[in-house]
Amino acid sequence: MIQLGKLFKDYGSGTSIGPVDLEIPPGGVTALVGPNGAGKSTLLTMMGRLLGPDAGTVVIGGHDVTTTHPRKLATVVSTLRQENHFTARLTVRQLVALGRFPYTRGRINREDERIISESIEFFDLGSLQNRYLDQLSGGQRQRAYVAMVLCQETDYLLLDEPLNNLDMRHSVHMMHHLRRVADELGRTVLIVLHDVNFASHYSDWICAVKEGKVVEFGTPEEIMTDETLTRVFETPVTCHDGPSGRLAVYY
Amino acid sequence: MMVSTARRTTAAPGALRDWKFWLALLAVAGLLVLSIVTGVADLGDGGGGSRFLALTRIPRTIALVLAGAAMAMSGLVMQLLTQNRFVEPTTTGTTEWAGLGLLVMMILFPDASLTVRMVGAIIAAFLGTMVFFAFLRRVTLRSSLIVPIVGIMLGAVVGSISTYLALVTDRLQNLGVWFAGSFTSVLKGQYEALWIVAVVAVLVFITADRLTVAGLGEDVATNVGLNYNRIILAGTGLVAVATGVVTVVVGNLPFLGLIVPNVVSLFRGDDLRSNLPWVCLLGVGLVTVCDLIGRTIIMPFEVPVSLILGVVGAAVFIALLLRSRRHA
Repeated sequence: MIQLGKLFKDYGSGTSIGPVDLEIPPGGVTALVGPNGAGKSTLLTMMGRLLGPDAGTVVIGGHDVTTTHPRKLATVVSTLRQENHFTARLTVRQLVALGRFPYTRGRINREDERIISESIEFFDLGSLQNRYLDQLSGGQRQRAYVAMVLCQETDYLLLDEPLNNLDMRHSVHMMHHLRRVADELGRTVLIVLHDVNFASHYSDWICAVKEGKVVEFGTPEEIMTDETLTRVFETPVTCHDGPSGRLAVYY
Repeated sequence: MMVSTARRTTAAPGALRDWKFWLALLAVAGLLVLSIVTGVADLGDGGGGSRFLALTRIPRTIALVLAGAAMAMSGLVMQLLTQNRFVEPTTTGTTEWAGLGLLVMMILFPDASLTVRMVGAIIAAFLGTMVFFAFLRRVTLRSSLIVPIVGIMLGAVVGSISTYLALVTDRLQNLGVWFAGSFTSVLKGQYEALWIVAVVAVLVFITADRLTVAGLGEDVATNVGLNYNRIILAGTGLVAVATGVVTVVVGNLPFLGLIVPNVVSLFRGDDLRSNLPWVCLLGVGLVTVCDLIGRTIIMPFEVPVSLILGVVGAAVFIALLLRSRRHA
């Protein structure tokens, strides 16, 4: 379970995030949705202790992220940011292996190699594992990044817009894999999504964020209504029953 | 069997198990022997020859090895810490800061020992590099060319201050000698401090994995439970010690830390631990070749090695720029 208690970040000049009180249940996929600039990424990065809050607490799986030892916390929660511009030339396998760092401090043993191989196979990167990252397509690179945080074997995975810049096929692929991470490996996946329809189909819970506050939290059926989405996104939205869950139409 | 295990392990093959590394090592060893036997004095000349050998030739060759490896390694570490390919001690002002520190020590304590001068150079190099890193934190586009340009500008400003101080205190000649990095003055009894960089090399090797993670940025480092600021401080400290020592003993060796790590990265990627032996070896090879050219081109006189390095380095720098443009 992820518990946020009065989490608050002040950006000055009237812009602030929170205070947010929220409980995200363990297991499954939870999607954070909301308009641009609502504070989804800020919330996520504060949960993943990549950004320090000005006030409030984040407790993940019973560990307070500000007081838990960084190395211990790195075995509980892993975070992937949206922008990853690595200038270092690493192979896919070397990148994924970095996920083992909290356990190994760099000395990879046989067991680690096995976990690294599993993470690589899980994201269908087997044939690409010895390629350099700068030789991959955007979709392949994105999968390698997610494989890295998967390899960290944390119960909680926080991903900031992993579908960014992916086309339809690659987006579906990615969500399919993340669904498997939750269902087959029993991890808790928290993900910032831009497209509510992806959230509707692939997530167990949707958390709607607007102007720095959590305004709705519920199952896709509860959130995917004309009234709620129109209010959250401030644009006319109608929801329809699709072949696989509710679909939002907004154009 | 060998092939399948190699493909399934993560680390790049260790340099020591790679025949190409041994071949390169042999080539560099050949260069070093050449460096020992090159010179005006005839080594076979009775008893005088062996004295020359012990007094200048061997110290000079050891200095080439240590300084070459140190500067190439410093470049590599700085490139990881800044996530910018064009950064090295002479494009961030680190060398100029070390020079300023050295000069200030010479002015304040004219009779100071080599150790005291070195401490001054190291502290100044450390502070100067931290100033540069503090600036970098405010730059959003870290991969951009603005980074080395600002570094070179910063270095120019610091260099100007040094020149002014030297003019005022009538030490311009000292400064000129220092600035033209050269192994001419390496004599027995004056270069031994360079062994400090061997210690630095060991420490870099020990922290290699942490530095590799830091090379992916603060977020990735924090995510795997590392204290990013502590690595930056430790890495800067190591670079400052290496640069400070080399600056005091040998002088300014431009572009060495730029060329070598980039060439190695091109062929082997950026796994720091397995690259380090390569970077050190190629650093030694390059500085030895440049030193040999400098010693023979206008024999019996010498051209400072920094001059040759500057010419070679500038050419490689431009080639790298053009290449990265194509890839961008």
